[in-house]
Amino acid sequence: MSAYTTDFGSIEDYRKGGVMAIDDDPKNYVFSNIFEVAANAAPYERVAVGKNFEYVIETIRAEGTSDWYTCAHDEFILAMDNPITVELMKLDDPDAVVDPESEGAVKISGEPAGRAMGWAKLGRGHMCILPVGSAYRVKSERPATAIFQTVEGKETVQRWAEICQIESIAQA
Amino acid sequence: MPDGDAKIQHHFGASAADNITGYRSFEAGSFKFRRDEYFAHIQWPGGIHQMPIDVFLRALMRDVAWGFFYGTVNFDTVFGTINYYGEVDMFAGKTNEAFTSVGRDFTERFQSDELMGTFKDMISDWTNEGYDPFAAPQETGVPWGNKSGDNEAAITRERVTAKRMVGLPGDSEVRTDDNGFPVNRMFADVEQDQPEFHVEEGFEDEFAAFNLFGYLSRSDVTWNPSVCSVVNESLFCPTSEEFILPVEHGNDRCEWFLQLSDEIIWTIKDGSTGRYRAQVIAKAGDICCMPADIRHQGFSNKRSMLLVWENGSPKIPDLIKEGKAPNVAVQF
Repeated sequence: MSAYTTDFGSIEDYRKGGVMAIDDDPKNYVFSNIFEVAANAAPYERVAVGKNFEYVIETIRAEGTSDWYTCAHDEFILAMDNPITVELMKLDDPDAVVDPESEGAVKISGEPAGRAMGWAKLGRGHMCILPVGSAYRVKSERPATAIFQTVEGKETVQRWAEICQIESIAQA
Repeated sequence: MPDGDAKIQHHFGASAADNITGYRSFEAGSFKFRRDEYFAHIQWPGGIHQMPIDVFLRALMRDVAWGFFYGTVNFDTVFGTINYYGEVDMFAGKTNEAFTSVGRDFTERFQSDELMGTFKDMISDWTNEGYDPFAAPQETGVPWGNKSGDNEAAITRERVTAKRMVGLPGDSEVRTDDNGFPVNRMFADVEQDQPEFHVEEGFEDEFAAFNLFGYLSRSDVTWNPSVCSVVNESLFCPTSEEFILPVEHGNDRCEWFLQLSDEIIWTIKDGSTGRYRAQVIAKAGDICCMPADIRHQGFSNKRSMLLVWENGSPKIPDLIKEGKAPNVAVQF
């Protein structure tokens, strides 16, 4: 039995911190919580929780089976709490599905044409590459939180004012 | 903002070992460095400064390991460096308004590789056997006393920089007991299972998955972000944190923190003056952005996992010079 308990949080059970301003605007810190965002999101809505120039971190609530997505660059997915499955397919003609100069995830209508690459069952803390030239979809039997390392694109949902802390948390 | 006309200093020196302490003293430009049993002593024209040697060595270790990192590395509230990516300022009082308001701050410019040579010599000579400046205080020996051996293996660790993702064929390896990375005592409860995955024939080099939390639970260093996955210039640099971030980091660009486990409390001060601006309490799942005009220092009692997210775009130094890099990542 470990003398220490590591707290990872989850979509069902998380505690949120916050910005305690002394002489600053809490909005400057763009503070949110990925589990809270996932808990309040529609399944597979890709909600930006971090943005650094063109790059974003998107949070999803994985629940059921997602659409197929592809991208003109690598992406990565990190499972944050409950198990999810990622299925990958090598596209026969990636450029016909996504503009090779484009950025961010692109949703594919229907079933993509290609060859199965494999699948990964990701538990908490497991990371998987979503390589350029492939299509992917995510499955989850129960609500789960995952994040994408990607670039801002058409599928990126930005609602910062809804998800971010606006006022300073109370002084202790 | 860098001073394009700053004169580059090329004077460097090192003494023989002191007859009493056994330590060498060092010079870089007009700065002089000396250590004794408990302290690092820094001297410059018009001023002196002392730091506890453990605080100084932990900060110096990060400045060396990170190649002066992004922006300002404040060793404490007085001494530090500012990275101009090829050139670097070393300063006393430049980011402390008590010094700047009365004109007592002092700065000199160096070629980065030349100053790095002296910093590496200093950390090598001033680190004694059994002391690891990368380690949490409970996991290493003490730095005090006169010269007693060295610890080259600890101070010459190479920072992990995955090309695409840890665990991909040909990329950085996952950590295991067998390759010298046992699970840390504070992460003994972290699951060590690897993802169950199936790869169809022919795609073995393209598809991989790994247990990032297990990987972080096996980190043998603290406060040392390592690149684990890369999307163009978007760098996921997770790290394990215990005790105190050894520097007050004044990044020159926005920097994101996603708290992967446990809790870190961040003290936020103004980057230029050192005035307090905020405290940020980050619990598991919290994500926030450090503005580009602040300095931050984290405090983590229980060893925690932190995802540091950096944008390593080579365009950013020019945007900073031109004043076009935003202080705040998102306006809403």
